[in-house]
Amino acid sequence: MEYKDYYKILGVARDATQDEIKRAYRKLARKYHPDVSKEADAEQKFKQLGEANEVLKDTEKRAAYDQLGVDWQAQQDFRPPPGWASGFEFHGGPRGAGGNEDFSDFFKSLFGRAGGAAGSHHRQGFQMQGEDHHARVLIDLEDSYNGASRSISLQMPELTRDGHVKTARRTLKVRIPKGIRQGQQIRLSGQGSPGTGGGKAGDLYLEIEFNPHGIYRVEGSDVYLELPLAPWEAALGAAVKVLTPAGTVDLKIPANSKAGKKLRLKGRGIPAKTPGDLYVVIQISLPPADDEKARAMYERMRDELSFNPRAKMEVA
Amino acid sequence: MTNEQTFDGMLVEDAEFITLTQLCRSCTVETETITLLVAEGILEPLGRSAEQWQFAVGSRRRVKTVIHLQRDLGVNLAGAALALDLLEQIAELKRL
Repeated sequence: MEYKDYYKILGVARDATQDEIKRAYRKLARKYHPDVSKEADAEQKFKQLGEANEVLKDTEKRAAYDQLGVDWQAQQDFRPPPGWASGFEFHGGPRGAGGNEDFSDFFKSLFGRAGGAAGSHHRQGFQMQGEDHHARVLIDLEDSYNGASRSISLQMPELTRDGHVKTARRTLKVRIPKGIRQGQQIRLSGQGSPGTGGGKAGDLYLEIEFNPHGIYRVEGSDVYLELPLAPWEAALGAAVKVLTPAGTVDLKIPANSKAGKKLRLKGRGIPAKTPGDLYVVIQISLPPADDEKARAMYERMRDELSFNPRAKMEVA
Repeated sequence: MTNEQTFDGMLVEDAEFITLTQLCRSCTVETETITLLVAEGILEPLGRSAEQWQFAVGSRRRVKTVIHLQRDLGVNLAGAALALDLLEQIAELKRL
């Protein structure tokens, strides 16, 4: 098993004071907390921090760890010295729910599995349903229109043969129901934590989030789409083909449409129980005046149309 | 471990509510914990007394986030509530 350099993980010197260790841990914990952090490997980092803190914040454990000496390098192959820990007495003090179950083999070889709340769960005749779990899943907006199957990878607690709970990476293939909205949850019955004493397993809840989309914007079950038009299309009216998440639609643009005008396509939003609407928001794209012909046309409009876009601003 | 079975996701309807007992079971917490979160305004159940409380489906995630923040970062309940509100605002802003 690998040696862990807990001082390095917390970024403190070997002679750091307990206050320095606490400060370093708090600061890094805020940075890498899985509920807060956007860093890709936050969960892994946070777990390591927790383990390092568990050892170094506790003066007994820290003393024991220090006794291993300073010659070890991180990741070096490690075996506890003979007669290890015989002179120490560790006062449990678990970090909270999970106990030590998530810690590395290195930690467990030094400090054992003890201290977790697990022990109390194994009382005879005590039956309890497992905890529910949550995860977030990113899907595409189109997946909600069509329904989809997605493979998701999760860290999930599992019951080992000897009755311990350990986390393992699991890949589940999940069918995403059609018409799901951002923020909605789906439930996978019995896919949460195992129950104890023959109790039912908990459920797994997946919260749906859409990947950002370059063209569509989603609000509840309504979908917005910005449609660029040429000035003459907006002024004279036009029939244009629009690509929507539900397929191509022929859209009639009324004459004298202004930029920002919303055209509603009823029921073409997310196909939820009450289907949302699709809003086409008109944008007007100006042709660039970068050749003689275009310039001439703009000049003609300037000279022949009496049009003041700032009429309401009372500026001459 | 890989599990290649395909699971059907059941849509949790917005109108679905959970009771205090269900919420405690789901998050493996004591009722006292939930009572504290309600008192802090972190959860806003319908119903006048604890026996009648009905929690929105999103409550599960709120409870867990608050517990994790308290346990892991040493913030108190008010601090966790503030962090939770800010996290939700950030998520909301990112959506727009």
